[in-house]
Amino acid sequence: MASTPGTDTAPAIELRGISKAFGPVQANKGIDLVVPRGTIHGIIGENGAGKSTLMSILYGFYRPDAGEILIGGKPTAITDSQTAIRSGIGMVFQHFKLVQNFTVLENVILGAEDGGLLRPSLSRARGELKRLASEYELQVDPDALVEELSVGHQQRVEILKALYRQADILILDEPTGVLTPAEADHLFRILRGLRDEGKTIILITHKLREIMEITDNVSVMRRGEMVASVKTRETNPTQLAELMVGRKVLLRVDKAPAQPGAPILSVRGLRMVDTAGVERLRGIDLDIHAGEILGIAGVSGNGQTQLLEILGGYPEKGARLEGTVTLNGQPLPLTGSDARARRQAGVGHVPEDRQVEGLIMDFAAWENVAFGYHDAPEFQNGLLMDNAAIRADAAGKMQRFDVRPPNPELAAKNFSGGNQQKIVVAREVERNPDLLLIGQPTRGVDIGAIEFIHKRIVELRDAGKAVLLVSVELDEITALSDRIAVMFDGRIMGERLPDQATVADLGCLMAGVDPATTAPEDAITPATAPGLDEGVR
Amino acid sequence: MDFPTIIQILDSAVRLMTPLLLACLAGLYSERAGVFDIGLEGKMLMAAFTAASVAYATGSAWLGLCAGIAGSLALSLIHGMSSITFRGNQLISGVAINFLASGLTVLLGQKIFGLGGRTPSLEGAARFNEITLPFADALRPVPVIGPIYADLISGHSVLVYLAFAFVPLTWWVLYRTRFGLRLRAVGENPASVDTAGVSVTRLRYAAVGICGVLCGIAGAYLATGISAGFVKEMSAGRGYIALAALIFAKWRPWSALFATFLFGLLEALANRYPNLDLGIITVPSMFMSALPYILTVIILAGFVGRAIPPRAGGEPYVKER
Repeated sequence: MASTPGTDTAPAIELRGISKAFGPVQANKGIDLVVPRGTIHGIIGENGAGKSTLMSILYGFYRPDAGEILIGGKPTAITDSQTAIRSGIGMVFQHFKLVQNFTVLENVILGAEDGGLLRPSLSRARGELKRLASEYELQVDPDALVEELSVGHQQRVEILKALYRQADILILDEPTGVLTPAEADHLFRILRGLRDEGKTIILITHKLREIMEITDNVSVMRRGEMVASVKTRETNPTQLAELMVGRKVLLRVDKAPAQPGAPILSVRGLRMVDTAGVERLRGIDLDIHAGEILGIAGVSGNGQTQLLEILGGYPEKGARLEGTVTLNGQPLPLTGSDARARRQAGVGHVPEDRQVEGLIMDFAAWENVAFGYHDAPEFQNGLLMDNAAIRADAAGKMQRFDVRPPNPELAAKNFSGGNQQKIVVAREVERNPDLLLIGQPTRGVDIGAIEFIHKRIVELRDAGKAVLLVSVELDEITALSDRIAVMFDGRIMGERLPDQATVADLGCLMAGVDPATTAPEDAITPATAPGLDEGVR
Repeated sequence: MDFPTIIQILDSAVRLMTPLLLACLAGLYSERAGVFDIGLEGKMLMAAFTAASVAYATGSAWLGLCAGIAGSLALSLIHGMSSITFRGNQLISGVAINFLASGLTVLLGQKIFGLGGRTPSLEGAARFNEITLPFADALRPVPVIGPIYADLISGHSVLVYLAFAFVPLTWWVLYRTRFGLRLRAVGENPASVDTAGVSVTRLRYAAVGICGVLCGIAGAYLATGISAGFVKEMSAGRGYIALAALIFAKWRPWSALFATFLFGLLEALANRYPNLDLGIITVPSMFMSALPYILTVIILAGFVGRAIPPRAGGEPYVKER
């Protein structure tokens, strides 16, 4: 699509060579994007692919290091949010930017008041809201306090805010993440109505189903780069899933065939509804045997995180859980947050986000190596902790895991990503757990550390332990796993053996399509979840 | 207790509540904008000192008031720098300001006047004298209304009337103007203000500045209205009492008026009845003077209902994705 400056045929937004780095991390690399006027444009990609950064640049939160932004064909320097608003861009953030104890009206006019006094602004907004409500199904009580509204209604307030500011271009960041299916359907009706009125909508998501359902065009981001831009009706979920995950150089892991033994972990009918009322797990059944690595593949955000948290003993507080989990034949309590009891029962856990859940970044490496096991008898010295013993233990583990620099006194934040991960893996693997839960073991980790960590995981398996591997890296899953289960929308779509599975086959499953039936998985409705309501407030 | 005594006690309560009310409203602006301020005490003290010094040097209470506001504003600026610009801990900054004011006033006072930290006594135009409202004397004989008008409403310094005028003014600013809407929003969810394209920093500085001005008036009233000069530590914990009143008032202007009146009344009662004779026992004077502080503790301990502070209070704003 060529841009002709200043005319009505110019695309609503055109980005040319946008780059942005945060320190050593290149969040956006030479992004080109053309969004035609009056279309719904999807931007899809894994978590951390750089979608949110790109949109924050568009909304003036960050200045790009390089590149050019054209709005309606005119080059525009978006220096702050005020400029973005004046250029007709409205943003609906994933985490709403609303004042909880203000009324809807007050939230709508905030920052867009007509003058020093509120009264005229409030009455104009009231009329405007009425008009928008009837035009776009955006009904909200203007005098209700935001904190009394459901999440779906709060989102409508955000959309109303943008429309009140005369936004022509509406950016929505992961808008359905917090919505129930019914609310999401309503949102899509609103968005279609807005598009039909000539508004341009950019929808950021990692959900393929939404892209296929509502967008006109879709752009795929991976690792900070825009890897493809296609018309939605000329593509399919499988292709998009492959583009998102990407095909990389195949990693080779030398491993002997698995010798599976007795089941270590059995999960039956595990369901979870989070506090926002969204059903995150919709009945998970799986078994992991001794001496076996079960890999869970899938686009992130399909329930993997919740599964790991539940098995690790710290489900989201207030979430509703159902089903049974047994470890070595012993039932594990589902509710109640007790990650310590899990560790004592022989479950090691390398969490998905090492910097948030796996380490305390300001603490020394030796302290981090002891966390979770700091009350082990060998670390006690009467009433006190035996710091000398902990230090010696940490030094040994760091040496065996080749952590560089091998200095236990250094704070965790001073290690590179790969070495941080080695600290966490060393802590969990060296305790010789019966079951190792390991999430995204090599995210942001250099190639040398990847090989090392993979080798340790296989060694643990060969020692007759069970490993549950969750990764969004398809290559990692196929290289390491003895069995692959694909998760989609809170359920296991299917199981494959790694040497029999093709990328296309797995891509279909990841996109919610079962190739065996070749029917698109449109049948995922809340009606298939009897016994758990949708968490209506 | 006869009618004239009640009028006298209420009259005294009005005088005593005035610095509390000003400080409480000062804190209200700052905390509604999300900047906690336990430095009200220090700012009042500094203002009392600069007001008394300049009033003594120039013989003008009004110039003293300006100096008081300037002294308090200077400390506000420090608090603003550390808690808004440099995103420091607001409590620590407030405590530091209290220590700074406590030490600096005595040090400068001794250096300049050599009276052990006091300023010389102020006389005449160097003080805010009581003003008599029109017809006060003519109305005095009228039963009930007469004494209320002549003795309770009339006969205060101009700063007292100013303080009371600030209550409706603050209410109006907060709930009827664009500035007030943004001020309340920035204390609840600064990200909402930021994404609306309004500067969080500027709003918070404005709030901290208003806080400085009001504390300055409160301090000037202490030194040139209630008293005739500065005495060391003359704020006597009023800044903390004002904070307690602010919590008691749930950060609302009209409630602040009633909360500070309650404290003023307790202080007035303690002054009037040093040894309250209840027949069986005599309440010792120490207990009576401690009453406002005891009430402060009770309020701060949360015995008077749930007070929800502004949600973003105490947190420096850091832009996030």
